[in-house]
Amino acid sequence: MSRSDVLVDADWVQAHLDDPKVVVVEVDEDTAAYDKNHIRNAVRIDWKKDLQDPVRRDFVDQAGFEALLSAKGIANDDTVVLYGGNNNWFASYAFWYFKLYGHGDVRLLDGGRKKWELDSRDLVDGAEVPARAATTYKAQAQNTSLRAFRDDVLAAIGSKNLVDVRSPDEFSGRLLAPAHLPQEQSQRPGHVPSARNIPWSKNANDDGTFKSNEELTALYQAEGVDLAKDTIAYCRIGERSALTWFVLHQLLGQENVKNYDGSWTEYGSLVGVPIELGSN
Amino acid sequence: MCGAKAGGPDLAGVDVANETIIQGSVTRDGEPVNGYVRLLDAGGEFTAEVPTSSTGQFRFFAAPGKWTVRALVPGATVDRVVVASQGAQTEVPIAV
Repeated sequence: MSRSDVLVDADWVQAHLDDPKVVVVEVDEDTAAYDKNHIRNAVRIDWKKDLQDPVRRDFVDQAGFEALLSAKGIANDDTVVLYGGNNNWFASYAFWYFKLYGHGDVRLLDGGRKKWELDSRDLVDGAEVPARAATTYKAQAQNTSLRAFRDDVLAAIGSKNLVDVRSPDEFSGRLLAPAHLPQEQSQRPGHVPSARNIPWSKNANDDGTFKSNEELTALYQAEGVDLAKDTIAYCRIGERSALTWFVLHQLLGQENVKNYDGSWTEYGSLVGVPIELGSN
Repeated sequence: MCGAKAGGPDLAGVDVANETIIQGSVTRDGEPVNGYVRLLDAGGEFTAEVPTSSTGQFRFFAAPGKWTVRALVPGATVDRVVVASQGAQTEVPIAV
């Protein structure tokens, strides 16, 4: 697998906007961003409404994912290109989610919505929505080799790599959420003992594009992460750590990397688990 | 597009007394600019980023201390260093 198999630039997307086998999908933290404007012919997936079980804290099941992609007009053999705001946090989350359910060809638009906007590329009005005929999408059973659960995290303390990708202030316990959100939260601040704080932002340039594979390899080496060992990445709700999972698993080709989507909102609410405060 | 507004977006429903708010607007020749505003901690590390609103406004919920606010707009990057405190709204007007 090469970098271009999972990451495309804006010129590539521009050239494929009318390709019926390429589906551009916007996934934003701000789920209303698509309504303002979006890349022409892009469809929307709402990470809250479409990807989460409406009752339990979990993902939609296999049948639910099949129904979603069928309704969006996405076929099993389509190339799906994901993009979104906030440096592709939720587009990365959707990428990981598509891989969890076994979609073959899924890619990220490097830099996402921000890079597209900073380059002053065209966006169409939010009301201009493409018509895609429904498909009969078949998903695979969840590939849980990509997904960590709370017991995996507890078992990894002191033995596997735990990479906390939140900002240093969230890691140390000064903040409970990324600073664009109010800080009123119920869980305890801090981090999982033995976790290394390697903020997701170290993977990216200011414009949201990913750093080169050489720079990324050097980053994790300099941080003392032994990539030969199993790795679990986490953040607050699993979206920024999906970006780090993308870097380690997809760009650098490390097979033994999982994303913990329960992340700090789960771990920081568990009764009796160890928590550490302060910086690395 | 309406004109630029000073200060951050509406604070209805937010526990202002317990939050450490950094907010402001990004303008060019008095008009709001569509772009992004990034919050960097005292060590220069990314903490958060928001798109500006249609009126050029932005807001962060930070912790007390020194921060850098960086506006990223087409063709320009502008930094402002601020010191924020709990219960206060630190205003950061940025002209690019």
